[in-house]
Amino acid sequence: MHSGFPILSLLLWLPLLGAFAILMIPSREKGLIRNLALGFSLVDLAIAIFLFHGFSSDDVGRQFVEKWSLINGLGVSYHLGMDGLSLLLVLLTAFLSPIVILSTYKAIDDRVKEFFFSLQLLQVGVLGSFLSMDVFLFYVFWELMLIPMYLLIGVWGGQRRVYAAVKFFLYTLVGSVLMLVAIIWVYLEHYKATGNLTADLFTLYGTKLSGHAQMLCFAAFALAFAIKVPMFPFHTWLPDAHVEAPTAGSVILAAVLLKLGTYGFLRFAYPLFPEAAAFFGPYIAVLAVIGIVYGALVAMVQPDVKKLIAYSSVSHLGFIMLGIVALTPMTVSGSLLQMVNHGISTGLLFLLVGVIYERRHTRLITEFGGLAKQLPWFSLCFMVATLASIGLPGTNGFVGEFLVMLGTFNSSVLDKLLGGRAYTIALTTVAGLGIILGAVYMLWMVQRVFFGPLSKDENRRLKDMNLREAIVVIPMIIIIFLIGLFPNLFLGKVQRSVDHFVGDIGRRAGIIETVSNDTKHKADKLVLDSPEAKHDRDH
Amino acid sequence: MTDYNSSALVVIILLPAVGALLNGLFGRRFPRWLVSTVGCASVGLSFALAIWAAYFVFVSNGEERLRQDVYSWISTGGLSISIGLTLDALSTIMVLVVTGVSFVIHIYSIGYMEGDPSYARYFSYLNLFVFSMLILVLGDSLPVLFVGWEGVGLCSYLLIGFWFEDPAKAAAGKKAFIANRIGDLGFLIGMFVLFGFAHTLSIDGLAKAVASGAVPTVWITAACLLLFVGATGKSAQIPLYVWLPDAMAGPTPVSALIHAATMVTAGVYMVARLSFMFALSPTASAVVTLVGAVTAFFAATIGIAQTDIKKVLAYSTVSQLGYMFIGVGVGAYAAGIFHLMTHAFFKACLFLGSGAVIHALSGEQDMMRMGGLRRKMPWTYWTFLMSTLAISGCPFFSGFFSKDEILWKALSTSSPVGGWVHTLAYGLGLAAAAITAFYMFRLVFLTFHGESRIPDGVHVHQEKPVMSWPLAVLAFLAVVGGLPGASMFHVHWFEHFLEPVVATANVTQKGFASLQSSEWWAAGGSVLVGLLGFALAFNLYLQRTSGPGYLAARFKRTYDLVKNKYYVDEIYEIFPIKFIYYLALGLWRIVDTLIIDGLCVNGPAYAARGLGYIGRELQSGNLQVYAFWIFIGFSTLLLYLAHGLGLI
Repeated sequence: MHSGFPILSLLLWLPLLGAFAILMIPSREKGLIRNLALGFSLVDLAIAIFLFHGFSSDDVGRQFVEKWSLINGLGVSYHLGMDGLSLLLVLLTAFLSPIVILSTYKAIDDRVKEFFFSLQLLQVGVLGSFLSMDVFLFYVFWELMLIPMYLLIGVWGGQRRVYAAVKFFLYTLVGSVLMLVAIIWVYLEHYKATGNLTADLFTLYGTKLSGHAQMLCFAAFALAFAIKVPMFPFHTWLPDAHVEAPTAGSVILAAVLLKLGTYGFLRFAYPLFPEAAAFFGPYIAVLAVIGIVYGALVAMVQPDVKKLIAYSSVSHLGFIMLGIVALTPMTVSGSLLQMVNHGISTGLLFLLVGVIYERRHTRLITEFGGLAKQLPWFSLCFMVATLASIGLPGTNGFVGEFLVMLGTFNSSVLDKLLGGRAYTIALTTVAGLGIILGAVYMLWMVQRVFFGPLSKDENRRLKDMNLREAIVVIPMIIIIFLIGLFPNLFLGKVQRSVDHFVGDIGRRAGIIETVSNDTKHKADKLVLDSPEAKHDRDH
Repeated sequence: MTDYNSSALVVIILLPAVGALLNGLFGRRFPRWLVSTVGCASVGLSFALAIWAAYFVFVSNGEERLRQDVYSWISTGGLSISIGLTLDALSTIMVLVVTGVSFVIHIYSIGYMEGDPSYARYFSYLNLFVFSMLILVLGDSLPVLFVGWEGVGLCSYLLIGFWFEDPAKAAAGKKAFIANRIGDLGFLIGMFVLFGFAHTLSIDGLAKAVASGAVPTVWITAACLLLFVGATGKSAQIPLYVWLPDAMAGPTPVSALIHAATMVTAGVYMVARLSFMFALSPTASAVVTLVGAVTAFFAATIGIAQTDIKKVLAYSTVSQLGYMFIGVGVGAYAAGIFHLMTHAFFKACLFLGSGAVIHALSGEQDMMRMGGLRRKMPWTYWTFLMSTLAISGCPFFSGFFSKDEILWKALSTSSPVGGWVHTLAYGLGLAAAAITAFYMFRLVFLTFHGESRIPDGVHVHQEKPVMSWPLAVLAFLAVVGGLPGASMFHVHWFEHFLEPVVATANVTQKGFASLQSSEWWAAGGSVLVGLLGFALAFNLYLQRTSGPGYLAARFKRTYDLVKNKYYVDEIYEIFPIKFIYYLALGLWRIVDTLIIDGLCVNGPAYAARGLGYIGRELQSGNLQVYAFWIFIGFSTLLLYLAHGLGLI
């Protein structure tokens, strides 16, 4: 679908405009800089909501497409588009931006101008990565994210910020460099096969690679994305990055940046190399389940609240990866929704930890205790975030987790990948332990932080949340219940894209014939209905 | 069965939710009377509306039902869950018990929680509980039932830890939540199994799928067992019962409502609701029966040696829940639900009575520091006594009819798995009946009879009317509540009412089952063992008061074992709790810090830095060193050339 007005570009470049506007303002005008950044992000959010509203749930293809040739000779184009896979993530990114900005009003008082410049630049990088439909364009945005995030951790971070920032940077870079090699490989293979130089993602989907090349390229992409997710055992950058990053950095990191990893699997690794994806599927599934249990166990023994939440992310993202590997409409929808859910609930947890950190300058669980008495509203909000995180029905977390688990347990794709029904059942059951352990580590932490006697004198002077903090937190809480009670508002928008995705990958990976009858039926029907299919038939 | 559309159902559910929101958000600014009014009126209206709706089901003798589809909740990828509510015969009983008992306990709470600074928070949680419990019993699909299931778990967690400043109370709340979560995983996987075959999770849909043979028997058994794992968590059966005694940390009205009358019976309700599946699986039914029977007996023995008045009642609840599971296990689904109802009456009354005592003694819960309260609190005493007679199976009290119905069904039927299953369950149930009478009268005698052992300076205040009336209402129900199912007097109303909604179990009737006289004999047997328990308690705690001490010393090891609850908590503390903790610590320290970070991530970094150090030595700026390296290099080159030219 082509729309006349380049609305995606507007969404994408508005934060950059904001960044330069901020540069124009003298550093001492801190208030103005903050308000300006907030203003830009609110406009961006309005655009994103408009896009969500205008997004047609019946269309499986990309919408709001913009495509201009960028480097003619090399086939690189400025190609933006949005489909069901990216819709929710774009909305999430835009939604969090004003919240994050508002949360920093007090916390960031040093180099305010540079901080907001970095934040706006990061926004461009993230949105660009979600919207790019050209592999080189994607790569540029993907790398662009790295620098502002590196600065956010390294400049405004905690005590070991330099170590954490370098670790984050190098970890991610190792993956992305290999991914670049793989991108170039596919690009050249496609040229060899067709004589057509193009970096257009959807044209490259059709590239026929030798088995060996597919494996290597998939591995390179998968490594880059697995580090970003992060999947066990590539996760050790995350706790350090989270602990050292300022609140705003942690929120964006957890809520959005990690999702680029899972999104990358859906957008790049799987459709580009479906057969290799099927080959590696079992390994990814096992790593995902290890991550679920391992992350939950290690989260349990963390002394630092932020570190605990960081490890919980490893566990939660394991569910998302499991849903992707299980490759049924139910699990992939569940994973997409769970990406948003994790962004909201973990983002909220980090925001709340930030609120208390600003007051007490510590995040050690042992420094707290009995806060529920002193800070009733804060505790209520934290409780809601906790319940969302452990997936209580009525909150968003339940819907995503339930879809992923129910679908995975009954996924005939996974049966085939793992080589037997019993393996699927065993794997899902072990993953289910994560649900129990999730309650254990969260509630134990809540018990030690909020319950018991108010034993520390420093905590007796704490003030409950102020108006600004309430404004930051309340929208998140509303979304938690909105998704929890009315998930169809969001699932409905993405369902056909997901069905199409599952059918397409399943068919090309050669696992579709074992997909259960009704899924197969649906997938075939969708393939027939899709504009691409029509296009293919016409030729 | 005919379906009628009714939009009253959602209102029944939402009223308490509104109450919870009002008191939760604004309660701190409300005056106290307004908090009480909002809290009680929301449940009271809900109760009134439930009676109105239930009337419809009653006049149809359970043949018709009310249904309401509220909205489509989750629909994607072949799954479609709508929030649908059904009021059929089974949920009618449940809704009336839940809203009715809740209403009474809400009223009682006005008195009990009077001085509490978190008054509004209390009512908000209590209303939230009623809301969740109503979803649980009205939900017409497993996921909706599960919403209520987890919701009541949350409220239980919040209310057990209501006085969260006390670390032990907060820990008890967490323990309850986690024990329930373990069960919930079973529930979830049970749902997953069923969905794989039936492609639906609505209860009607499942019934159809099961009836059509879409689910193989072995998977029905698997699903039933998994769902029952959930029931052992929620309804405190072996091995997950350990949370319930600790749950007594909550305010006593909460113990009465959540941990005796309603929430803990959810597992029994679930089995009855899914009777069409359990009836098809003799194996699963046998497991339910045996777990119930062993729990009934085991928990009753623990009740003997507890001195905390609420702990005795807690183990009693675990034990009585075991009876209900014997009922639904042997296929007497109506009898299980019947006992659920009568138990709700007498156990709620017992808890509220104990609450009145605790309240009167300013928080004292140790029966060793009570005694002789009969005269000071006559109202409490008499209602408590009525309920004690009911739970002990005194003839014509409610518990007599319901407990005997269960024991009779266990005695007179035989499971396809083996004749011993029901016989063993009967034996354990009968033994538990004797023990029940013993520990209950022990409690009554220690608390209300004999000399006062109340320490000096404790002023005993008589209960307030707002607390007395609920006791009277519940005691009345505890006395007469068994009449709708007085089967030995040919009253089978309760069973017939539930007939349209529960399945007929796959059990064989024994030869004597049809004889009215044998049912009388069986009842006589239970009365006899009850009398035995009563007589022993009378002898030990009223006549020879030195007896208990002597026996405890004489059989010290057994006494210690029972008194310490068979050390089950201590065992769980080691495994799994400590085990998992140290495993997690080990994973973090060894796998994360040492192997991944130390070796794989920082290892190469250190290696690179090491190389850098060596490289740095090469460029020290020291001329002699440079000259040395030039010399080495030049010599090597010369040697190489010489070698190449064949000179060496």
